[in-house]
Amino acid sequence: MYAFDIERPATIGEAVSALTGEAMVLSGGQTLIPTLKSRLADPGKLVSLSGIGEMKGIGLSGRDLQIGGGTVHADVAADGSYKALSELASNIGDPAVRSRGTIGGSIANNDPAACYPAAALASGAIIVTNTREIAADDYFQGMFETALNEGEIVTAVKFPIPDAANYQKFVQPASRFALVGVFVAKYADGVRVAVTGASNEGVHRWTAAEEALTANFSVSALEGLSVSADNLISDLHGSPEYRAHLIKVMTGRAVTAAS
Amino acid sequence: MTKVTMTINGKSVAGDVGGNTLLSSFLRDDLRLTGTHIGCDTSQCGACVVHVNGRPVKSCTMFAAEAEGAEVSTIEGQANADGSLNVIQQAFQDHHGLQCGFCTPGMVMTAAALLKENPKPTVTEVREHLEGNICRCTGYHNIVKAIMAASGQDVSAIAAE
Repeated sequence: MYAFDIERPATIGEAVSALTGEAMVLSGGQTLIPTLKSRLADPGKLVSLSGIGEMKGIGLSGRDLQIGGGTVHADVAADGSYKALSELASNIGDPAVRSRGTIGGSIANNDPAACYPAAALASGAIIVTNTREIAADDYFQGMFETALNEGEIVTAVKFPIPDAANYQKFVQPASRFALVGVFVAKYADGVRVAVTGASNEGVHRWTAAEEALTANFSVSALEGLSVSADNLISDLHGSPEYRAHLIKVMTGRAVTAAS
Repeated sequence: MTKVTMTINGKSVAGDVGGNTLLSSFLRDDLRLTGTHIGCDTSQCGACVVHVNGRPVKSCTMFAAEAEGAEVSTIEGQANADGSLNVIQQAFQDHHGLQCGFCTPGMVMTAAALLKENPKPTVTEVREHLEGNICRCTGYHNIVKAIMAASGQDVSAIAAE
């Protein structure tokens, strides 16, 4: 690693003030620290969010679940008020990763194979930052791309809890990331389906499946649909055609599990 | 340099660390607690697992400065007060849960974290919990058996698999 300093502010305001120059935000570090070890970043200074109490914790208000950006996966997994989300959190990485990795870090990084972006997009979540609230549909803008500005911090994520939901992840066994993951969420006004791991554009919605499932929430509603392999990820783990096939299979499994 | 203070295996410890000093480096190089092993240094193998505030953490993927004020437990703090092996360590010895022994500190610490939250795990739960711990001798079968034995469960059926 290149040399750098670490600051550990106690409030969001102090963290924002500390983010000057090339400084980077450090949340759980489960992606950033390996990146730093590979010398793919030279931040000069890291601003750690781990000492900010106001960014940790989970609050339920009616059917809305607000999770602080600094909340670790293990705490979301243990919460259970949004069962599909807690199950998703309990399958991220391994137990040690879940002790450190945070929801805010995952959402801010927007890895194209991360699990949380699928939950946020399928749930129509609101991404709360130190300056504004951003709808998930506007927030995720492609592989590792988000609506965040320089120095903007994800302080919380607000999830409307659906009537039924499930996440199915086809695990890439070495990395524990999703080779393909599909989150299905059924609300009174319709079904949302978000796909991670599959596309060069990062997490995205499968609108044809949403329309079919809104009309008929069953696996049979998916029968006539097919997924195009255009612009899906091609790597040694799977071809675009394989991922296209998996999207439909995992969507069906999620619907079955949610029904 | 940043001054850090933390409690390690019940003892208060202070030191000066650089921003990029990993907790694993602080433990091994500064404190000479070399029981915590560094296998891959890429947060994949789990040989460096310690507990931070009661939770398993890969100490190669956490900065020492982030452990300010934390309660840290390492393999050196696992034995009983009289120096004898604790239940998990003894089970690893009894069931040959180690071959070369390199991954063992991380395996024992991960097992301790599991049994604290789930005192009677199933074999499947043990295997899932060890997802982040790699044994390059591939000695998983006896590691799982040792953890099941440490939980007080009958392991005679596992031996027959």
